[in-house]
Amino acid sequence: MAVKPIQGEKRVFMTGNEVVAWAALAAEVDIMYGYPITPQNEVMHYWTRLAPKYDRKFLQTEDEISAGFTTCGGVLSGKRAFTATAGPGNTLMQEAMTMAEMMRIPLVQVVQQRGGPSTATVIYSQQEVTMTCYGGNGEGLRIVYSTGSHQELFDYTIKAFNIAWKYRFPAFVLGDGYQAKMRESLNIYDPAEKGIEIVKTYPFVGLEGTPGVDREPNHLRNTYNTEEELNLVVNELVAEYEKMAPEIVEYQNFNTDDADIVIIAHGIVTRAAQAAVKTLREQGIKAGHFRPVTLRPFPEEQIRAVVKKAKKLIVAESAQGQLRKLVTDAIYGESVPLENYYKPGQGITAEELVEYVKGL
Amino acid sequence: MSIIPNMPKPWRKETKPHKFCPGCGHGLVLKALGEAIDELNIQDKIVFGCDIGCSLLSWDFFNVDTVQTHHGRTTPVMTGVKRARPDRICIAYMGDGGGYAIGSQHLVNAATRNEKITVILANNCNYGMTGGQMAPTTLPGMKTETSPYGRDIEETGYPTQGPEMVAAITQERAYVARGTVANVRQLKNYIKRALQTQMDNSGFSFVEALSGCPTNWSTNAKDTWAFIEETMPQYFKVGELKTPVPKEGISK
Repeated sequence: MAVKPIQGEKRVFMTGNEVVAWAALAAEVDIMYGYPITPQNEVMHYWTRLAPKYDRKFLQTEDEISAGFTTCGGVLSGKRAFTATAGPGNTLMQEAMTMAEMMRIPLVQVVQQRGGPSTATVIYSQQEVTMTCYGGNGEGLRIVYSTGSHQELFDYTIKAFNIAWKYRFPAFVLGDGYQAKMRESLNIYDPAEKGIEIVKTYPFVGLEGTPGVDREPNHLRNTYNTEEELNLVVNELVAEYEKMAPEIVEYQNFNTDDADIVIIAHGIVTRAAQAAVKTLREQGIKAGHFRPVTLRPFPEEQIRAVVKKAKKLIVAESAQGQLRKLVTDAIYGESVPLENYYKPGQGITAEELVEYVKGL
Repeated sequence: MSIIPNMPKPWRKETKPHKFCPGCGHGLVLKALGEAIDELNIQDKIVFGCDIGCSLLSWDFFNVDTVQTHHGRTTPVMTGVKRARPDRICIAYMGDGGGYAIGSQHLVNAATRNEKITVILANNCNYGMTGGQMAPTTLPGMKTETSPYGRDIEETGYPTQGPEMVAAITQERAYVARGTVANVRQLKNYIKRALQTQMDNSGFSFVEALSGCPTNWSTNAKDTWAFIEETMPQYFKVGELKTPVPKEGISK
């Protein structure tokens, strides 16, 4: 057996893109398909340097449409495959992601969000939430982990592959340009050291034996003829997704038990929210913070439990209400006032959140 | 006494008669492909991807593992399979719209990268499934639903010369040909050489097949064949454009 890319556990100081490449290696990924776009590029840079040493593969495609569909092909052939992108690249990949939803192709897509709409900035945003959760013509039958640190980028990239292959839905690691480009300390590890078993992969096409002689052929279909036929297929997909949802939703509560004011934030903004809550508490203000880690499926029951006790909610995000839509959908019927702290395409600090809360 | 036609081994009886329109060329292209698979004895190694458009109806045509993709995206899906599983023989099956319009960037780049896959493209001069619109391959002056007064080359250019383009951008070890459903034996040999090119890990392989669409051409049997045999070859020259495989040993 080949040497494991990471022996044991070690402390490192890396950019998030490098972390993703190491996590994919540790998760026994066979092949990456990718196309250059900032701020994701270094995922490919590190992968192409590391992969040949561990007998892993890479293909640079002609665009993100192709990167998405070649990733589908890699997974259909039975290999653990992923791609990484951002912004307009994420837009182009949505077409392939709908195929992954429909045909239950367990691929992984890492998204390092950049500013939008359009080409906008290569720096940072949280403006790819709606697209990553619900992009394309479909029902958003995906798993989306919104990470807030380099440690989480490592942990959840490994987890994304395992959850995708366990449940057969496409999984997304939703990072951002800050996490992609900054360096931070974290522990990288051989998953076996933590008792994490890497889920086995298997082929959907190209199976052994002669079809029609030794076995039935695998005819994978994504085109249907009647409304009723399609409706049955989608109902089944939704039922499987909803059955899975309670098993995989993740969230965090910070001082929400007795909080009057609850800040709701995801991704890297959780760090500003956590720090703001600490400062506000020190100043005698009963603040708390709820953080959804999975944006799809959304921790609906968990946020509702928090919201019921609060006197005021604040949705803080580096977008114009994309998280808020998920929140209001989840807490429909609750009457607690909801304030917005939107900074589309721009970072949010703890200091400004403290000031905002005190000014309410 | 009845004559039972000799069908290729992968022919899936349960899904016959096939779902293409009467007179459609797809059945003949696929029969040629089936015979090529038989002669090379590779049924157990095939991964077949079909595009969206009429070609999607081939999804359950054969006893081979098959995947329906999206319109234009069959080349990357098969590229993805082949890169991950080089021991499989990957066939991307599409129409002229899927290959030369919406998926042209994939065809060009797969050809340039010398992907070890086989693309088989049925050229019937129009978009069949969507109701007969103008395609990249629509002939000058030809009437379609979106060129009701005839294709105006000043407005929309000349028909795409697919194999000529692919031959120009591929490496020496690639295989490129244009066959026709009017000569199934020749088409079978072209497809066979294309598959052999992939099996030899030699290079990209591409076969365009001139095909008929009587439904959208609004032609009877006689006029359909006249169009395929006489009109189309005036623009689309039948023959091999690039041959890496030694011709010895393969019957013409």
